[in-house]
Amino acid sequence: MSVMVTDTSRVDRALFVTGAWVLALIWVLPLAWAIWSAIHPPAFVTRFDPLAPLTVENFVGAWNAAPFGRYLLNTVLLVSLVLGAQLLLCIHAAFAFARLEFPGKSILFALVLLQLMVTPDILLVRNYATVASLGLLDTILAIGLPYFASAFAIFLLRQTFKTIPKELDDAARVEGVTLLGLIWRVYVPLAKPTILAFALVSVSHHWNNFVWPLIVTSSVETRPLTVGLSIFATTDSGIEWSTITAATLITSAPLLVGFLLFQRQFVQSFMRAGIK
Amino acid sequence: MLERLRLAASTCAVALTLGSAAQAVELEFYFPVAVGGGAAEIIQKMTDDYMAQTPDVTINAVYSGSYADTTTRAITASRGGNAPQLAILLSVDLFALLDEEMILPWDDFIPEAEQDAFFGGFFDSFMRNSQTDGKTWGIPFQRSTPVMYYNKEAFAAAGLDPEAPPATWDELVEMGKTLTVTDASGTVTQWGVRIPSSGFPSWLFTGLVASNGQDGLANDAGTEVYFDTPAVVEALDYLVSLSRDHGIMEPGILDWGATPRAFMDGQTAIAWTTTGNLTNIRTNAPFDFGVAMLPAKERRGAPTGGGNFYLFDGSTPEQLQAAVDFVRWATEPAQAAQWSIDTGYVAPRADTWETEMMQAYAQEVPGALVARDQLEYAVPELSTYQGPQVTQIINDNIAAAIVGDKTPAQAMADAQAAADAILSAYR
Amino acid sequence: MHRDWGHAALLLLPAMVLLFAFTHMPAIQTVIDSFWSTPRGRRPSVFVGDANYRRMLADPIFLKAMSNNAVYAALTIPASIALALAMAIFVQGRIAGRAFLRMSYFTPTVLPLIAVANIWVFFFLPGFGLFEQIREALGLSPQNWIGQPATALYAVTVVSVWSQAGFFMIFYLAALQNIPDSLREAAALEGTSRWTFFRRVTWPLLMPTTLFLSVNATINAFRTVDHIFVMTQGGPNNASMLLLYYIYEIGFRFWDTAYAATLTVVMVAILAIVGLGQFFLMDRRIHYK
Repeated sequence: MSVMVTDTSRVDRALFVTGAWVLALIWVLPLAWAIWSAIHPPAFVTRFDPLAPLTVENFVGAWNAAPFGRYLLNTVLLVSLVLGAQLLLCIHAAFAFARLEFPGKSILFALVLLQLMVTPDILLVRNYATVASLGLLDTILAIGLPYFASAFAIFLLRQTFKTIPKELDDAARVEGVTLLGLIWRVYVPLAKPTILAFALVSVSHHWNNFVWPLIVTSSVETRPLTVGLSIFATTDSGIEWSTITAATLITSAPLLVGFLLFQRQFVQSFMRAGIK
Repeated sequence: MLERLRLAASTCAVALTLGSAAQAVELEFYFPVAVGGGAAEIIQKMTDDYMAQTPDVTINAVYSGSYADTTTRAITASRGGNAPQLAILLSVDLFALLDEEMILPWDDFIPEAEQDAFFGGFFDSFMRNSQTDGKTWGIPFQRSTPVMYYNKEAFAAAGLDPEAPPATWDELVEMGKTLTVTDASGTVTQWGVRIPSSGFPSWLFTGLVASNGQDGLANDAGTEVYFDTPAVVEALDYLVSLSRDHGIMEPGILDWGATPRAFMDGQTAIAWTTTGNLTNIRTNAPFDFGVAMLPAKERRGAPTGGGNFYLFDGSTPEQLQAAVDFVRWATEPAQAAQWSIDTGYVAPRADTWETEMMQAYAQEVPGALVARDQLEYAVPELSTYQGPQVTQIINDNIAAAIVGDKTPAQAMADAQAAADAILSAYR
Repeated sequence: MHRDWGHAALLLLPAMVLLFAFTHMPAIQTVIDSFWSTPRGRRPSVFVGDANYRRMLADPIFLKAMSNNAVYAALTIPASIALALAMAIFVQGRIAGRAFLRMSYFTPTVLPLIAVANIWVFFFLPGFGLFEQIREALGLSPQNWIGQPATALYAVTVVSVWSQAGFFMIFYLAALQNIPDSLREAAALEGTSRWTFFRRVTWPLLMPTTLFLSVNATINAFRTVDHIFVMTQGGPNNASMLLLYYIYEIGFRFWDTAYAATLTVVMVAILAIVGLGQFFLMDRRIHYK
């Protein structure tokens, strides 16, 4: 680092640090303003007075104005259901693609990869009809079902499984381990960083997903946070930002706190997963 | 007198329910909430009260989200063969529901002798888009109309009489000019007027059309629209001129949701928005404000908006009768007054306004009376077959004229042609 | 080997059934639907040949949505990637307040776009919005950012870039970690400037990541429309209309499912072409490894 301390590199460095900070401040501004307006009375939404009185009224108001507790529960159920199903289905499928030989393998894999591009969100008109014909409209299962078989998960896990030395299989098989045992006791533990990285992507994606849940849900008992929040925010009367920002913070808090606590592990799991 | 009337009505309801239902009847009732505040709890309480006094009826009131959600849910349930008995949906959904053949006329469930008193008791302007083909398909309940809010302090500061808001289009322009304040650098710090145009501009625009003498934008059968008449083009030209020629309204599309905040922050001296904002502005505006009718050109005019009760096909006669009885009870003066005061919706029947409760409220909140008095001049909101699409067509074209992409005449000619192409199938 | 076939079938079956049910079947069905009319009330669906396609090509809103989407993609893809790379380079080495910087860059990704869109509406508002205050400081004329056709599309573009750049940064961070320190040290000893090192070493080594991210950004450019619901609803006069939002509007507000299917076919075709392109490039990349 200190090999080349010249004037130009010092200027260089100053520019570099300034750039980093300016960008960070711009990026954090919306969140900062959201916090500002959520903890002050509505009259201070547009006035930045450092002596403005603090209040929790906005949070109380938002919490009482809509069943956010129920929405939160729905979202937690949804993301757990989706992640659980994705892992169960995709670990097995990925293993088959990584380690087994069977006819039509490359065609099937190409068909899987197709879903990387043509995601279920895009086929919403037809998928709505499918879900309706299954009688699943307005259920949490319906929100998650189209995403259970995730091409991204299959692709990612297949890549990881391929890096695991084949000798481990043979050793395990010699010891009489079944195929499922091999997958769950040898491959899955070794693929942990990839699974963790995928889990984080999946959870944050489904926590924030909006259009598909908007279409298939129509009641408090199924609606996730995003849809609940959008209904809460679009009324005939005006937008009251202090309540909306309070609601936004309430709804994103679990994910935000989770990320802040685990941000190091998050980035590292990505690095170890070798996603690139 | 009123007390006796109410007594008579409720005995009547009790008699009817006793007569029709020996065993318990269960009803499902979908309702949306489109205003802030606890409208959901208010409806819940209303159904609880009703069940307490009519123990053989169970009403399952289902809060179904926004209007759009509730409509979707009712249509889906109905297609799937388990329609609710009752739902509050937009009055403009009438033709979509007729198109799907899902709803029943109320006329069949109300004794002929009582029909005049019941249907006739609602304000005519609310019944306009509740009736078609000689039948009544919707019972007005969750209804609103736009009014003009004005900042009395800004009026005083500009040397205008705070008790004399603009009553005509010309006065709006003149006073708007006086009220528009510019700082040293030439930036406007207070606009004269704000007529929001995001999302559903056709609603407020209908107010301008009505005040220019045209009776709404469509026929009562929902098959014809009148977008390209001289009165409509002139109304659009007036709207556009507020920014283009007079510089008293901020240019571009003005956000609907931000309008109350813009008014309360003093960014505009006058704002047009729904009566539904009365409570919000009354609680939060840091200055004295007034409420007035929309200004007149040929005459006064305003649109109506909001939701009606609809009766769904596919249930037993006992259930339907019980649903009708509940609606008759809910629109009685005592219940309707409480509902109106709690939510800010305009009580839809004249008799409601005669209750003591309502009169006390009107005394305290003079703005409420303005909305009622304006109903006399109100015309129906745009409602046709293929409603969302036809409405989107005029909304896009109004926006195009506001932002200067098209002239008002061109915009309305385009809107007429596009709407005709869709509606021709229904004529 | 044949035992493998049975195992493979069992392992793959559940995933493949769902994949077919919610991706391949609907894609095929959508193509079929696009040749039929929308059933309404008592009128059943009838075969209409290419009528929906002819309507589409004559539909000014569709054409507008296509050109808007092209602009939206052309701006969000390079901007998100360039900013993500800059962010990754900023926080990769030692820098004052690194944890804060990383948090700032990444948090937009975990906030629901539908919720933060309301915050952005506020920022763009004429009069009290943040951009207005900056504008005033610079002495420019007032702008109604999301209320005028000239800027509405760019306003939603900014929000999209803001929300995804931090996510892409993570991928670059992971990739940068794999560049051996020895390369950097060697370059420093030779007196190579930071910029030259970036151009000659870092950038080529990051190529696979860039490629992967650009495909991702392309999909997002067609798939991410949440903020449109809140900010502009495609307006004013369709100035910020994007293809998927238009499909939603036609399919779920106007209930014209046949026409919505026709529009979906176009979307699927675009993405399939991008996907094929990626497949080729990825294939080459795997060979190089």
